[in-house]
Amino acid sequence: MSTPLRLKELSKKEDLLTGGHRMCAGCGAPIAIRQVLLAADVPLVAANATGCLEVSTTIYPYTAWKIPWIHSAFENAAATISGVEAMYKALKKKGKIDRKIKFIAFGGDGGTYDIGLQSLSGAMERGHDMVYICYDNGAYMNTGIQRSSATPFGANTTTCPAGRVIHGKPQKRKNLTRIMAAHDIPYVAQTTPAHWRDLMTKVRKALEVDGPAFINILAPCNRGWRTPTNNAIELCRIAADTCFWPLYEYENGKLTVNYKPKEKKPVTDFLKTQGRFKHLFSPDSKDLLKQAQENTDHEWDKLLREAACWAEETGTTEEGK
Amino acid sequence: MGKKLAITGNQALAEAMRQINPDVCAAYPITPSTEIMQRFASFVSDGVVDTELVTVESEHSAMSACIGASAAGGRVMTATSSQGLALMWEMLHIASGMRLPIAMTLVNRALSAPINIHGDHSDGMGSRDCGWIQLYSENAQEAYDNIFQAVRIAEHEDIRLPAMVCMDGFIISHSIESMEFLPDEVIRDFIGEFKPKYPLLDVDKPVTYGPLVLPDFYIEFKRAQHEAINKAKKVTLEVAREFEKISGRSYGLFEPYRLDDAEIAIVLLNSAAGTAKDVVDDFRNKGIRVGLLKPRLFRPFPYEEIAEALGDAKVICVFDRADSFGGFGPMYMEIASAMMAAGSSPLMVNKIYGLGGRDFMPEDAEAVIKEMTGILDTGKTGTLKEYIGVRE
Ligand SMILES: Cc1ncc(C[n+]2csc(CCOP(=O)(O)OP(=O)(O)O)c2C)c(N)n1
Ligand code: SF4
Ligand SMILES: [Mg+2]
Repeated sequence: MSTPLRLKELSKKEDLLTGGHRMCAGCGAPIAIRQVLLAADVPLVAANATGCLEVSTTIYPYTAWKIPWIHSAFENAAATISGVEAMYKALKKKGKIDRKIKFIAFGGDGGTYDIGLQSLSGAMERGHDMVYICYDNGAYMNTGIQRSSATPFGANTTTCPAGRVIHGKPQKRKNLTRIMAAHDIPYVAQTTPAHWRDLMTKVRKALEVDGPAFINILAPCNRGWRTPTNNAIELCRIAADTCFWPLYEYENGKLTVNYKPKEKKPVTDFLKTQGRFKHLFSPDSKDLLKQAQENTDHEWDKLLREAACWAEETGTTEEGK
Repeated sequence: MGKKLAITGNQALAEAMRQINPDVCAAYPITPSTEIMQRFASFVSDGVVDTELVTVESEHSAMSACIGASAAGGRVMTATSSQGLALMWEMLHIASGMRLPIAMTLVNRALSAPINIHGDHSDGMGSRDCGWIQLYSENAQEAYDNIFQAVRIAEHEDIRLPAMVCMDGFIISHSIESMEFLPDEVIRDFIGEFKPKYPLLDVDKPVTYGPLVLPDFYIEFKRAQHEAINKAKKVTLEVAREFEKISGRSYGLFEPYRLDDAEIAIVLLNSAAGTAKDVVDDFRNKGIRVGLLKPRLFRPFPYEEIAEALGDAKVICVFDRADSFGGFGPMYMEIASAMMAAGSSPLMVNKIYGLGGRDFMPEDAEAVIKEMTGILDTGKTGTLKEYIGVRE
C-alpha cells in the first residue's frame, strides 16, 4: 500500500535526503528531490550525475543519502544506473536477490540536455527499468552559471553574458521533454515542486512502469537566476502560470496537459522576477521580450494542439484536467 | 586435461568469457575486438550463459555501466580496443578509484590519427596510469589463461581493482593457433563465486559510492590504491601457482628466455616476443650470449624482479610498440627505472617498432641484436631512441 499523497501522512515518512547537506539555502533542487524520494514506497538505488546536487550532498566523510547512491561522472548517470539495473536483473535471475528494487538517476540540465544526452538516449532505448529525473535549473550552476541548452532565451549567464552587442543567450531552449517523448518510452512528464501533488503522482506513475521513464522538474537556483532565497516555489508557480514551464505527461505516448492556467499570464511575469533577465527590460530590448513571448506561445500552442489531437482520437475531452 | 583446438585469439577469449559466465557484460563493437562480444552475444542469445548483456551506445557508457554493475555487486566483464579504450579513459580511472574488480579484454590496436585498425600497444600504454592491473599476452593461449587469472587477481580480497588482459590485434586476435582449453568445471572452481563488497543492491545497508573528496582526504584514497595495486605482484604469483596446478602451464611476473648469463638482453612484449625467441636461439647457437625478457604484468610493474633478471646484461635493447612522443617509449622508461633503482647501469637503447600493425619479422630482431653486439664491443650506444622497420 502506498502512502496517501497527503501532507500529514507524508510528513511521517523518513527523509531519504537528509538535512545538513550543503546546497545553497533556498535552492529548488533538494526540494524537488526530497519530493521524489517521498513519493517512492519501494526501495530505491540512485545514480547521480556530477553537478550541484552531487557535490553538495556527499562531501566526504559525510553523505546526505539514506539510499544506496552512486556518482561516477558527469555525462553518464543513465549509463551507470543501467549497469546497476542490469546487475539486479542478473542476480534476480540467479535467485541471489528477491527484493523489489527500483532504479533512479538524477542529473542537472547540463548532465541531461547536453553532455549526458547520448547516454540517456541509449539507456531509454535499451528499455532499462529506471526513472531518470532531470532537475532543470537552466544552466551549469556548479561550475558558475554557464549556459546550457536548457538556458532560456535571453538569460544572462557567464558564457552568454548580456553585453552591448549580444543580449544574453541568443538561442531558445531545447525541448528535452519532447525529445524524451520521441523515444516512445512508457512514461515521460514535466512538473515543478510547487505542484507537489502533481510531481509525486508523476513519480509514482514513473516508478510503476516496467521500463524507462523520464521526468523533467523545474528547480530554481537563486544564485544563477539572481533571485531571493525565499521564493523558489513561487517562481515555479509563475513558470507554470505563464506557460513557460507547462505541466504535462505522456503515458504510453498519449499526451495530457495537466495544468492549464485559467488566465495565461505574460511571460514577462516570469522574467521580471529574475536578475538574469534584467537587461531584457531596458527600453531598447522590446524586441527581445517579444521574442521571448513568441517562443513561449509557440511551445504552448504546439503542446495544446497535440493534446487536442489525442483527446479527439481517444474520444475524451481534455477539459478540466 | 583440457582439449586442444585450433582457434583464433578472439574466439579463445569469447570461449573464456563463456566459461567465466559473468553476471553483467556491457560492451560496444570495435575492430579488432568486436568478435569477442559478437560471439559472446550468441552465447547469451542461446542461453549458454546467463549474463545480462548491456548493448550500450558507446564505450564511455560501456565502462559506466560496468561501474554501476560492479558496484551493484557482481562479476562484470567487457572488451574493447584502441579508440574504444580511449573513449573510456575517464571511466577507467573511476573504476579503479572506486576499487571495482572489473575484468576487460583489450585487443591492442593503434590509436588514431591516422586511423588504423591494426595491432600496436598505444591503447594499453595510454591507459598505463589509469590504475588498472595490466597483463600482456604473447598468444591466444596466454590470453585465455590470463583472463581467468585476471579475474582472480582483480577480485582478491587485498586488491579489489579492475584488470585488463592485453593481446595483439589481428596478429593474435585473428590468427588461428592450436591451444588447449580447460574444462568448464575446472574454470568454475578456479574462479569461484564472486564475493560482493558493499554492494549497492543491499538496500538495507545503503552506501554512497563516488562522493566528493577534498584535499583533506583525497590523497589517502590514492595512497590506499597505490598499496592495493602493489600487492597484485604477490597475488599474481599465488594465482599463477594455482593456475599451474589446473593447467600445467606456469606463469610469472614476466618470462625470461635464455637470460641466464646473457650479456645482451632484449625486452619485448606480446606477439613480437614469440618471433624474437627463434632469433635469440640462432644467436645462441653462434655462441652469442643474448637473452630475452617478455614482461607479463605491466601494472603493477615488477621493478626489482625485472632488474634482477636483467642484472648481468651489459647491453639492453627495449622494444616499444607504442611511442610517448617526445620521450622514450613507455617500456623503455620502466626498464630504465628498474635498472637505475637497482644501481645497475647497462647500456640501454630503445627501438620503436611495429606501429599500426607493421610486421615485426625475424630479420628485424636479427638486425637489432647484431647492432647490440656492436654496442657490446665498442661500449658506445649511438642514437638512444630509434624507429625501426620504417620506409625511408
Ligand atoms: C566531462 C566533464 N566536463 C565538465 C565537467 C565540469 N562540470 C562539473 S558539474 C558541471 C555543470 C553541471 O551542470 P548541471 O548538470 O546543469 O547541474 P547543476 O550544477 O546546474 O546542478 C560541469 C560543467 C565535469 N565534471 N566533467
Ligand atoms: S548554485 Fe543554485 S543550483 Fe547550486 S546549490 Fe546553489 S542554488 Fe542550488
Ligand atoms: Mg543546471
